[in-house]
Amino acid sequence: MAEPLLQVENLRTYFNTPRGTVRAVDGVTFSIDPGETLAIVGESGCGKSMTALSILQLVPEPAGYIESGRILFRGKDLLDLRWDDMKTVRGREIAMIFQEPMTSLNPVFTIGRQLVETLVAHDGEATTGWQRAEELLARVKIDDPRRVLHSYPHELSGGMRQRVMIAMALMNRPALLIADEPTTALDVTVQAEILSLMAELQREFGMAVLLISHDLGIVAEMADHVGVMYAGEIVEIAPAAQLYRSPKHPYTRCLFASLPSRQQRGKDLVTLEGVVPDPANWPPGCRFAARCPDRFAPCPSTHPVLAPVDGAQCARCLLYPAAFPPGVPVQSPEKETVR
Amino acid sequence: MLTNVDWLSTLAPFVVLAAMVIMLRRAGRTPLWSEAFRRLRRNPLAMISLAVISLYAAVAVLDSISWRTSKTDDFRTLLQRIAERPKERTYSAPYATVTTGEPEPHPLNEKHLLGTDGVGNDVVYLTLRGCRTALILGGLTSLIATPLALMFGMLAGYFGKWADDAVLYINQVLSSIPSILLLVALMMVLGKGVLQLCIALGVTSWVSLCRLSRGETLKHREREYVRAARALGLSHTRILIRHILPNLLPLVIISVTLGLSGLVLAEAILSYLQLGVPPEVGSWGNMINGARVELAREPVIWWGLASASGALFVLVLAFNVFGDALRDAVDPRLRTG
Amino acid sequence: MLRYIIRRLLYAIPILIGVSLATFVLFNVVATPEQIAKKNLSSKNPTPEQIQEWLKDHGYDKPLPVRFKDHMTEVMLFKFGKSDATDEDIWGMIKVGVGPSVSLMVMVLIAGTFVDLTVALFVAYFRGTYIDAWGLFLCVLLMSISYVVYLITGQFMLGRILKYYPSSGFREGADVWKFLLMPAAIGVVSSLGQYTRLYRTFVLEEMNQDYVRTARAKGVSEDRVLFGHVLKNAAIPILTSVVTQIPLLLMGSLLLESFFNIPGIGGMTVDAIFSQDFAVVRAMVFLGSVLYIIGYILTDISYALVDPRVRLG
Repeated sequence: MAEPLLQVENLRTYFNTPRGTVRAVDGVTFSIDPGETLAIVGESGCGKSMTALSILQLVPEPAGYIESGRILFRGKDLLDLRWDDMKTVRGREIAMIFQEPMTSLNPVFTIGRQLVETLVAHDGEATTGWQRAEELLARVKIDDPRRVLHSYPHELSGGMRQRVMIAMALMNRPALLIADEPTTALDVTVQAEILSLMAELQREFGMAVLLISHDLGIVAEMADHVGVMYAGEIVEIAPAAQLYRSPKHPYTRCLFASLPSRQQRGKDLVTLEGVVPDPANWPPGCRFAARCPDRFAPCPSTHPVLAPVDGAQCARCLLYPAAFPPGVPVQSPEKETVR
Repeated sequence: MLTNVDWLSTLAPFVVLAAMVIMLRRAGRTPLWSEAFRRLRRNPLAMISLAVISLYAAVAVLDSISWRTSKTDDFRTLLQRIAERPKERTYSAPYATVTTGEPEPHPLNEKHLLGTDGVGNDVVYLTLRGCRTALILGGLTSLIATPLALMFGMLAGYFGKWADDAVLYINQVLSSIPSILLLVALMMVLGKGVLQLCIALGVTSWVSLCRLSRGETLKHREREYVRAARALGLSHTRILIRHILPNLLPLVIISVTLGLSGLVLAEAILSYLQLGVPPEVGSWGNMINGARVELAREPVIWWGLASASGALFVLVLAFNVFGDALRDAVDPRLRTG
Repeated sequence: MLRYIIRRLLYAIPILIGVSLATFVLFNVVATPEQIAKKNLSSKNPTPEQIQEWLKDHGYDKPLPVRFKDHMTEVMLFKFGKSDATDEDIWGMIKVGVGPSVSLMVMVLIAGTFVDLTVALFVAYFRGTYIDAWGLFLCVLLMSISYVVYLITGQFMLGRILKYYPSSGFREGADVWKFLLMPAAIGVVSSLGQYTRLYRTFVLEEMNQDYVRTARAKGVSEDRVLFGHVLKNAAIPILTSVVTQIPLLLMGSLLLESFFNIPGIGGMTVDAIFSQDFAVVRAMVFLGSVLYIIGYILTDISYALVDPRVRLG
């Protein structure tokens, strides 16, 4: 099996705030193979966006910092790179697109200028750049690319702007595309178009994609693997088909259960009780314990590890004996169920 | 005996202080302000500047309590009785024993911490007497201008149409006139005096506050709670006073506090143009402008300028720092530089 | 664009009518012409005939409504008449004074903006550090010093201590900059605090925008991010602020010109104030308003020119 393109090991990204240290990303590990798509889903505040930003070291300073961990891209640890070297990675080998296409584009520069800048920043030629930009705009299915090249961001619709962002990311044919909630700010109909466009381009360019979203439904089409994040940690990660077929972590199961579906017609929507714990003060033990319908005795005090439970599927839950940290006696739920 | 007390001057500062205390306590019960006060308390710079302002205010109060010993005497304030020093002949340097600038220096009656001015007044005493003028200029002007600006701004924003057109027109006319010239013109026709200066400054500072309250009223008029109040049948007046006004107050108070420094500074400029307060009324502006001639003398007489500009600087700085801190405590998003 | 300018100019007319109405009320009703006459006649107790003659000479003797009509037409046609104090033709005085005023203003504007912007960029580059905090505090300090104190101490320091010559006055020709250097320097320093803080805020606001993150994610160098992206966006409010300063400078240099004996229109106005010359002050108020209104229109136009998002309707 070829070496993974991106390997994140035990990433921890913290923030200094007046309330204390916020551990936004607290020990996240995953890997992406060349050409495949990993989706990370989770609710707001679970740390998924910060994970993405950490890979390119774009964590908002001075409050945020990467505390520890390794980010191996093609075998090299990105965290060892100096700023100048990191610059050559950004936009060329790893590209990123963001949630808000309006504010993510500079309002006073034309689209063409911003597209060409991506090339120029990596020693490209400006003259051929405009040509390439026009080609890419056509590739992302924008009508009349030449007119758009000379337009300003505020003259385009949200969907068009996101297409421009995608084109911009592809200018240097990156090996990895990080998409942070690319469709959240768009209309539902446009969402589907953008996603299928991304899938198509991925096949064509042979890119790997890290797709961040809060919406399980959206990632179903594109994802080869899916990771679920909660409270700064990955709580379940599995090949997509396996996850959708049989989710193992109670949180994932609740997420699926809360999706409205025809089978539940006429019944109340399932909701999760409680709220996400305070990120400045993660509880000891399992962070989902307070809201978990399946919690039992050891959960509030024992912090589960992410362990394989079914082939390539891993879950961070004490329902599965492998998740007990080494040295802690294994308990099983049948005997004691706390309700 | 009771007619020998200058009641207006004596009681006015206490009335103002009492009103402020009452309003602060009422405000402190609202979550917005109690949170703001809490943040302010934690800000050391803000507390220091507040202490400085209070110090100046205390001096001003001392300079307001005034009475006379008999019907034929002049009214003299408490500050005058405490701090007045015997007059010398003419200039003298800080802590000197003889006068300065005379062909034959004369010995002084006593040591003066910051020297004396041209007619022999102790500079520290003169500076202290300037406090009251400065604070009245800031305070009285705001007291006059703010309610009027608020009222017109709210009427314009709330009722719209002709009221709005009228107020907008007045605003535009007033803001088209360069404010220095407007001040000058007003002072030329009103004459010199503290009250006249307050009115003139009030007219020039009226516009920005009116615009602010109009803008905010417009924003709030469209909010649901106003529509809900109308649906419940509340009268316009009630809505304006009980609902919209409290939402305006934070911004207005911040704006006024930040404007205080500008008001106090304006006096020096007008004094240069000989349009400020009359020379009998002590003011830092008068002292600063007098210094222009003093600096040209040989040896240089710098202590009057230093003292007055120092006192002015410290007060203005305190207003600026406190105003910024207040704005950040209420809502840091308001920072516009 | 042209339609917009014409519309704004047309709308300026009722404003200017309001301004001249205000000045008329101030100078004819609040202070009566008899009082003005008494102030300007040299003898201590002018006889009624002398007063009448002065009033007639300066057009104050007609009844109020007629004076009002005259005032309005004259002012709107820019016929300012004669100075109350020196009998000079006011327009003539203005024409003579414009040159020095404009040259001083240009110096202060260009030098000032350059200095303010440089310091602001420097401080913004080091945002979050001690340099930033101290820089800001210094700005507040500088803003808290009275303008008059700047003038007096500035002239004293540069003139007597550093012995810069000439310390006041004005002469046309090649040497003109020597006379303007000191007042311009003081003018720049006195407004340094205010504008530096303002420009720093503009720059910082842009630095926190999403497109900066996008540019970094594209691998753009930090220099280009700052000078290409951030500055270009910050230039919009900065430029608008600079244009706004133009009318302010023409009027604000009142004290500057007066202090340093520069024969500009500001100094002329101050002389009129000293001698209670109401005619000149009236004229300058009106002229100042015209300049301010033109300044507002210029500001809006500059906004439209620089920001591609703005289309003037």
